[in-house]
Amino acid sequence: MALKIVKGSIDRMFDKNLQDLVRGIRNHKEDEAKYISTCIDEIKQELKQDNIAVKANAVCKLTYLQMLGYDVSWAAFNIVEVMSSSKFTYKRIGYLAASQCFHENTDVIMLTTNQIRKDLSSPNQYDTGVALTGLSCFVTPDLARDLANDIMTLMSHTKPYIRKKAVLIMYKVFLKYPESLRPAFPRLKEKLEDPDPGVQSAAVNVICELARRNPKNYLSLAPLFFKLMTSSTNNWVLIKIIKLFGALTPLEPRLGKKLIEPLTNLIHRSFSSRVLIFICFGFFKLAHKKSFSDVIVSLCYITVLISLSSGMPNHSASSVFLRISVVKYLGLLAMSKILKTHPKSVQSHKDLILQCLDDKDESIRLRALDLLYGMVSKKNLMEIVKKLMIHVDKAEGTTYRDELLTKIIDICSQSNYQYITNFEWYISILVELTRLEGTRHGHLIASQMLDVAIRVKAIRVFAVAQMATLLDNAHLLTGNMQRNGICEVLYAAAWICGEFSEHLENPVQTLEAMLRPKVATLPGHIQAVYVQNAAKLFATILKNQEGNTDSTAAQETSQMMIDRLPLFVQSANLEVQERASCILQLVKYIQKLQQKDVEVAEEVSALFAGELNPVAPKAQKKVPVPEGLDLDAWINEPPSESESEDEQPKAIFTKEEPKHSRPRHTEVDEKELARRREARKQEQANNPFYIKASPSSQKVYQEAPGVEHIPVVQIDLSVPLKVPGLPMSDQYVKLEEERRQKERAEKKKKEKKKRKEKRSGRGKKHDSGPESEEDITPAHVVDIVTEEMPEKSSKHKKKKQKKEKEEKEKKKKKKHHHHHHHSDGGGEESVQNGTVEEEEPLTFLVFPLPRKVCDIQGNLQDGSQVVVSVIFENKSDSFLKSMEFNVLDSLNSKLQRPEGSGPHDGLTVPFQLPPGVSNEARFVFTVQSIVMPQKLKGTLTFIVKDSSTHEKLDFKLHFTCTSYLITTPCYSDAFAKLLESGDLKSSSVRLEGVNMPFHHLLARICFHHHFSVVERIDSCASMYSRSIQGHHVCLLVKTSGQTVSIDAKCDEPTLLGNVLDEIKQTFSQC
Amino acid sequence: MIKAILIFNNHGKPRLIRFYQYFAEDMQQQIIRETFHLVSKRDDNVCNFLEGGSLIGGSDYKLIYRHYATLYFVFCVDSSESELGILDLIQVSCSFVFVETLDKCFENVCELDLIFHMDKVHYILQEVVMGGMVLETNMNEIVAQVEVQNRMEKSEGGLSAAPARAVSAVKNMNLPEIPRNINIGDINIKVPSLSPF
Repeated sequence: MALKIVKGSIDRMFDKNLQDLVRGIRNHKEDEAKYISTCIDEIKQELKQDNIAVKANAVCKLTYLQMLGYDVSWAAFNIVEVMSSSKFTYKRIGYLAASQCFHENTDVIMLTTNQIRKDLSSPNQYDTGVALTGLSCFVTPDLARDLANDIMTLMSHTKPYIRKKAVLIMYKVFLKYPESLRPAFPRLKEKLEDPDPGVQSAAVNVICELARRNPKNYLSLAPLFFKLMTSSTNNWVLIKIIKLFGALTPLEPRLGKKLIEPLTNLIHRSFSSRVLIFICFGFFKLAHKKSFSDVIVSLCYITVLISLSSGMPNHSASSVFLRISVVKYLGLLAMSKILKTHPKSVQSHKDLILQCLDDKDESIRLRALDLLYGMVSKKNLMEIVKKLMIHVDKAEGTTYRDELLTKIIDICSQSNYQYITNFEWYISILVELTRLEGTRHGHLIASQMLDVAIRVKAIRVFAVAQMATLLDNAHLLTGNMQRNGICEVLYAAAWICGEFSEHLENPVQTLEAMLRPKVATLPGHIQAVYVQNAAKLFATILKNQEGNTDSTAAQETSQMMIDRLPLFVQSANLEVQERASCILQLVKYIQKLQQKDVEVAEEVSALFAGELNPVAPKAQKKVPVPEGLDLDAWINEPPSESESEDEQPKAIFTKEEPKHSRPRHTEVDEKELARRREARKQEQANNPFYIKASPSSQKVYQEAPGVEHIPVVQIDLSVPLKVPGLPMSDQYVKLEEERRQKERAEKKKKEKKKRKEKRSGRGKKHDSGPESEEDITPAHVVDIVTEEMPEKSSKHKKKKQKKEKEEKEKKKKKKHHHHHHHSDGGGEESVQNGTVEEEEPLTFLVFPLPRKVCDIQGNLQDGSQVVVSVIFENKSDSFLKSMEFNVLDSLNSKLQRPEGSGPHDGLTVPFQLPPGVSNEARFVFTVQSIVMPQKLKGTLTFIVKDSSTHEKLDFKLHFTCTSYLITTPCYSDAFAKLLESGDLKSSSVRLEGVNMPFHHLLARICFHHHFSVVERIDSCASMYSRSIQGHHVCLLVKTSGQTVSIDAKCDEPTLLGNVLDEIKQTFSQC
Repeated sequence: MIKAILIFNNHGKPRLIRFYQYFAEDMQQQIIRETFHLVSKRDDNVCNFLEGGSLIGGSDYKLIYRHYATLYFVFCVDSSESELGILDLIQVSCSFVFVETLDKCFENVCELDLIFHMDKVHYILQEVVMGGMVLETNMNEIVAQVEVQNRMEKSEGGLSAAPARAVSAVKNMNLPEIPRNINIGDINIKVPSLSPF
């Protein structure tokens, strides 16, 4: 063992160090990659050693390899090890490597926090310095947050060396962790007056960078900087301060005037540094927006400098700063800044700037070009462009020539051709530009040609003539097909010739030019335009020859078309093929007609009748938005803004992948998807609020094999609810049929079958989405069937529950009531949450009465009871008596009547109503199925005492699904367990434009829909309720802006769908 | 802010790269190639500013460079830095690098020196620029700090401990490639290997 160690360390003696590595690489020029890969293998071996020196050496070599482009992130952990060495030498190597290859996504960075903190507080200032330097390169938001305090302490370190580094790094910390800015700022401000110039300069540096982002906040520091400017002798500090003032003066114009003097002084202090002078110029333009003369002065100064330096011999070897090119460049740069505010004063230097175009330095030429753009006027445009054209011819190198070309077009076309007085000139310039070889800007020229020809009517004759020439000489343009950027102009040429063919002098010749075999070598989209416009030309030619007694010319043209077009029919480009074959058939037909001497020109040219009008950029605004089109509404669900905010809570309620069919998802490839999925899993794993779905959870609530459990749960709603479309429902129906068959086999009872039918109704409805009321209607019909089944078989021992609701109408306006004088009545109206069936316009009040749960445990008979309490209020002046309450039973719901009474007998209301008095009566209903809302029709008959007349009042009772829910408190852990069980089906709904505080919204849901809040976190809340038959209903309500999304889970999807509909309705009414 | 500092030779071989914004390695190499391409085709007596590097930043960024002997020193900066200021800084740092690491300045030797002591050059640069911001421009101060740190390293025995160094020397002597390559400055004289008859 010992021997092994000794052997290992002896081996290590033969390790290469950095110099050996470099030398080796230089000696293996031919097989560098191979050599390096063996070196990397060695390094990997070295990194496995325990000796830190060996490791440091290896890391040092890795740093070199990183420079050569090798990924060394695999060694990140070893780098951290070396960083944590106690020896300065190794520590420095480690930090250097880290600063070269660590970045925000390097996961081992998390491990470094404590090490860095230790180094920051090291007694050795260089340990601290090295750590700060390294940290400045790889600081992450986490590190910034954790170390902000330590660094802030260092800002008051005794050593200026540490202070300046700490101050400087604060900027990085602010960037990553903005919260630290506020507490640190006072100290930073203090450092502006630090005795050490280095610290001072660092502080100025940081504040300037900050102010660049948001100058306004730093206006208050102006006096301090003013003082610094007059006192400091450090050029760097001065430069930074002047730049800072440059950003501040626009916000505070008075500053400008104040600064003139110190700035002038600075210039006169004749620093060796011209740096400052230029900076000052740059500044002048900001300081004196209004005082024109000053600008002139500064301009003159620059001009003098430029011309002076042009006169000087170029002996710049000694100093870069005296070099003409440098001075020129900076002068032009300054001018371009002034140009924005004072274009006229720059325009007078046109000649000077044009001269700069001759400069051999591309940077200077480009700068000058930039200036020219702002300098043109109607008067000098042609002159300037002429100069530029000369340069285009002279220019070497396509980059610069392309730049010139775009500049020419930019200059000419700026502000809608404002400066162009003669468009013939412009067209000829464009045509001249087409002679440029190898430019990539063919499409630019082409679009200019089209634009001008369309928009300037007067120019068309000229343009068409020019374009015809171009087409005729197309071979010149397309000579070099490799670099055929310029052949784009043929697109424009062909189109212009076709569209404005009436202006052509010799259309036949042009047509011939457009159908040359050579055309087939052009790009497809250009050929397509050729073909189309050949047809236009053909039409024109026919028209011109109409009336000629001799029709041979026209027939010859047709023959030419027929001869040449097949070339295009064979084109590989579909567009070309399609157009060509279409036009070919057309021409053949025309030829036939021609042979019969039929006049066809009129019809043919009708194909292309009508003029294309240019459309103003703002024209779209004039088109009224069609009724009912909401451009702001999302067509699909908006993509979630952030994974963590939107995606994660949704995941609680949906086991499926994102259930909305978002188009963007179709675009991401599998890999990306997998990555995201992985990321999400990761996120969920780390998220304490996320409950993982585990199929094996206990089903506490399923105590007895209640009938409702057996079949309904089996409907596997793996189909995303929101996805519409037939294929889904087909699939669904199929499933349903299979299931039915199975069931039929085991249960013979006829009633059962009917029940299944009902279920299929549910299924379908559910499938089509929980939205529309209409969808529900058919389900209602099916529901009726249910009634026939002996409900006794359903043994839920759940708590039964009564609920109820009540409501009262105030006034009725039915006519026949009117002429009896009692406008009154104890009419009640449909019940739940304002879903009133309006047979007559009624105003009514809803009195939701708090209902106690009536627990009838063990009484199977009372499987589902609903108590309706009705408040009768007499609004009339008469005494009402002998009230009888009757409801027409539906198959599903029955009014409970006393023993012995017939199914259609009414119930006597056990009280009489004097005028203005109200009283409450309760009626019990048995309900078989609670998954559907119900509407019951009923009548109230009563006798008005005075007149002894019998009166009748019709009403409807609306049993919404909500009314089957009982507010049941639930604890979050039970809630979590429930969700975990995986038995719940999910659904969701989105409410738009809900304009109420979130707690109101929750209160509203609790109040109207009998939910209780389980847990609320910010704008997200989970809610729970259960039905009288023991269905669990869980909601997750989230709000953002005016949009509320509710994700819901329930073991009975139909019920859930209906409840959600009702919630939606509640909010649509507010 | 300084986005990157690149030093490469006349052939575009990187001698030191320092990015103050994260780029993956292949992207870094691409940036070096592009920058070399832009810079190398320019005359020595044209100005030292270049716009239009497309890979780092956008129009806000400029390349400020200095061609010194066989090396290009390129700084990529944004508009908050003064052009001449950076030029000044390059002047300071490159002359410093040469003067400090070698007492005299032979054109070829200075590149070699960079090649073999990239880490040292990094340490010097760290005293000048930190995290993309100029830390110190006072040459004396920089020299002083670098020297102190070098002394510290020496007192710790340097990177390779003395025995290893000795072995390394022996190893160098005996390496078979030594007779074949005689390095004098940058010039490699290759002794042709004997062709087997």
